[in-house]
Amino acid sequence: MKLTLTEEQEMLKKTARDFLTDKCPKTFVTQMEESETGYSRELWHQMAELGWIGLAFPEKYGGGDMNFLDLAVLLEEMGRACLPGPFFSTVVLGGLSILDVGSEEQKQEYLPKLIRGEKIFTLALNEPAPYLRGQNYDASSVTTKAIPDEGNYILNGTKLFVPDAHIADYLLCVTRTKPENGVTIFMIDAKNPQINYTLLKSIAGDKLCEVVFSQLPVPKANILGHPGQQWSTVQKIIERAAVATCCQMVGNLQRVLEMTLNYAKERKQFDRPIGSFQIIQHYCADMATDVDSARFSTYQAAWMISEGLPCTKEVAVAKAWIGEASQRIIDLAHQIHGAIGATMEHELHHYTRRAIAGDLAFGDANFYREVVAKEMGL
Amino acid sequence: MDFGFTEEQNKFRQEVRNFLEEEIKQGYWEPTCDAWIQGFNPGFTKRVAQRGWIGLIWPREYGGQGRSHIDRLILTEEMLRYGAPAACHWFADRQIGGAILAFGSEELKREFLPRIAKGEVYFGLGMSEPGAGSDLASLQTRAVEDGDYYVINGQKTWTSCASFAHYFDVYARTDPEAPKHRGISQFIVDAKSPGLSRIPMTDITGTEAWNDLFFDNVRVHKKYLVGEKNRGFYQVLHQLSYERSGLERLMGNYPLFEAIIQFAKENRLSQEPIIRNKLAQLQIEFEVGRLLIYRVALVMEEGRTPNWESAMSKAYSTEFEKRLAGVAMEILGPYGQLMPDSKLVLLRGMVAHSYLSSKGYSLQAGTTEILKNILAIRGLGLPSS
Repeated sequence: MKLTLTEEQEMLKKTARDFLTDKCPKTFVTQMEESETGYSRELWHQMAELGWIGLAFPEKYGGGDMNFLDLAVLLEEMGRACLPGPFFSTVVLGGLSILDVGSEEQKQEYLPKLIRGEKIFTLALNEPAPYLRGQNYDASSVTTKAIPDEGNYILNGTKLFVPDAHIADYLLCVTRTKPENGVTIFMIDAKNPQINYTLLKSIAGDKLCEVVFSQLPVPKANILGHPGQQWSTVQKIIERAAVATCCQMVGNLQRVLEMTLNYAKERKQFDRPIGSFQIIQHYCADMATDVDSARFSTYQAAWMISEGLPCTKEVAVAKAWIGEASQRIIDLAHQIHGAIGATMEHELHHYTRRAIAGDLAFGDANFYREVVAKEMGL
Repeated sequence: MDFGFTEEQNKFRQEVRNFLEEEIKQGYWEPTCDAWIQGFNPGFTKRVAQRGWIGLIWPREYGGQGRSHIDRLILTEEMLRYGAPAACHWFADRQIGGAILAFGSEELKREFLPRIAKGEVYFGLGMSEPGAGSDLASLQTRAVEDGDYYVINGQKTWTSCASFAHYFDVYARTDPEAPKHRGISQFIVDAKSPGLSRIPMTDITGTEAWNDLFFDNVRVHKKYLVGEKNRGFYQVLHQLSYERSGLERLMGNYPLFEAIIQFAKENRLSQEPIIRNKLAQLQIEFEVGRLLIYRVALVMEEGRTPNWESAMSKAYSTEFEKRLAGVAMEILGPYGQLMPDSKLVLLRGMVAHSYLSSKGYSLQAGTTEILKNILAIRGLGLPSS
């Protein structure tokens, strides 16, 4: 057991911290939220040049040959900086999924251009569902139909909360090809006119889309992996995306803690720093406990993914924990900051809005408590 | 980062499990809540000692095994999982042996450590006083020099394991003129010393858990002064960090945790959404707490004394123990209130016992409030109030 980063990871962390402090100030974050695309092509290409997009991919596709744990370190820094843009969609949802399930030919075709920052990818998974069912990831929730038609497939259906779909070059789309055991993933040219995009206005200002396929033809060759047998792949993708979300949230929450501690040390009332009052100290102690436990449970899950170990329970523990811990941390941060924290002048709102989006992404605490219950044999 | 265990560590864990399962099979004892602090079983302590499992982390020259803190955590984790009666040696193994190693003279190390490791000598703590709880530095027990001896007068309280301890680790004021943190010294006092008496105290579960210790001109030879005179308060802070460090703060009621999950499964209660949800939440909280405590062991492994880290893990864990007892009480409903010997009692009365005993967990070894102060000031750098 070891809870410290390797020298290489420390270096990566430092480079990322410096780069993002310089390139991703909160003015930039706000600007991106207000823009239609939500990202800067210039910054995107710089991140590709730094090797970040390809970090966790094999060298033979042009990647950096590092592992998921290394990527976790980078994601944490991105969460800390509130980095906008399609890194998560392209790398975690797109690239790593192709690496899991694509044929060698497909990997050769897609991964090098992904890694070079030339193409943007995302995953179309969620669908319209009754309240709460939207969080309920099971195979039966996939209803977008793909019907065979003269060597091709015709897709019809609606996908929701698809990040960065409106700027993507490729969509990995989870579809149903048969009523039972028929989950199939297609690689779709996102620019096809048979696809309609509507940008949703979300709390975090990230770019979540509604994506509607009407009579969209897709060649059979665009199936990723074995047709009809992809639910277990999708589960793996969801688990990894959940942990990657946790990593970003850890960066977010660590920064919130630091920001709050600084404020508590500097802000004076009754002629003393408010951080000298025991109630504020105890709030801060509670926040630090939640941050550290979120960090360890997240990195435990990330380590297991990195090692290729089965980790359904550990992922569920991490995501369930951080979902609720993040809300406690954010609430206390606001309480300590006082009214200034509830304004757009102060930067806390960026973190508040992203933390709740993180809780909702890829399964919330309720969803993962049920996963833990199953793992316990309840 | 690496969240795994080495092959040797896994082997060691299995070895401990095999030993404990054999003990249970032989009928030597049965898994019990709070057994780490209330399970007095000299035979068990002796058998643990024979395997070299007391003082596991101490140097070999003092009877230890020179093993790592992670190994010790694996050992104690299994002891707690099986609710093993380890109270005779727990205090000395966890903190007093370490304090003697860190501060004691060569003579004291040679006199006590090998005997502790052999399971021959048990220790109790003499820290708190009726007027000195969280504010330990204001303790009033006096130790006055008289030739080669110190003469101790005063009262200690909340001493666990006093009825069978051979020695007490006692803190007394040696310089009443100095600022209160700088006039305290640490002594090892023989439990059979003339003038030392005790009155047992019954805790809220009905167990004789603690004792008041009375010192009436108790003479202690100067060689039993541990470390430097008047540095006792700093030494006790060091020791308290270890007292708070372990899994006993999270797993004191582990036999109940296992039993209530099993009970819910067998009675199909676990299919009720509310109960499913609560048990899963407990499991999540347990896993998280375990990581916080393994972090403490890794801090010790680096050779640092964990102060705010063990304050954090202990404050977190004792709240978990209270929630566990509360959820178990909800699941058993009216049966939860039945005490161990009652007709109709379920789960051997562990629920009522834990419900009551867990009220004290967040007070022992530093109240949750003191621990949060430590974390805020020492860990987070907030200004002291």
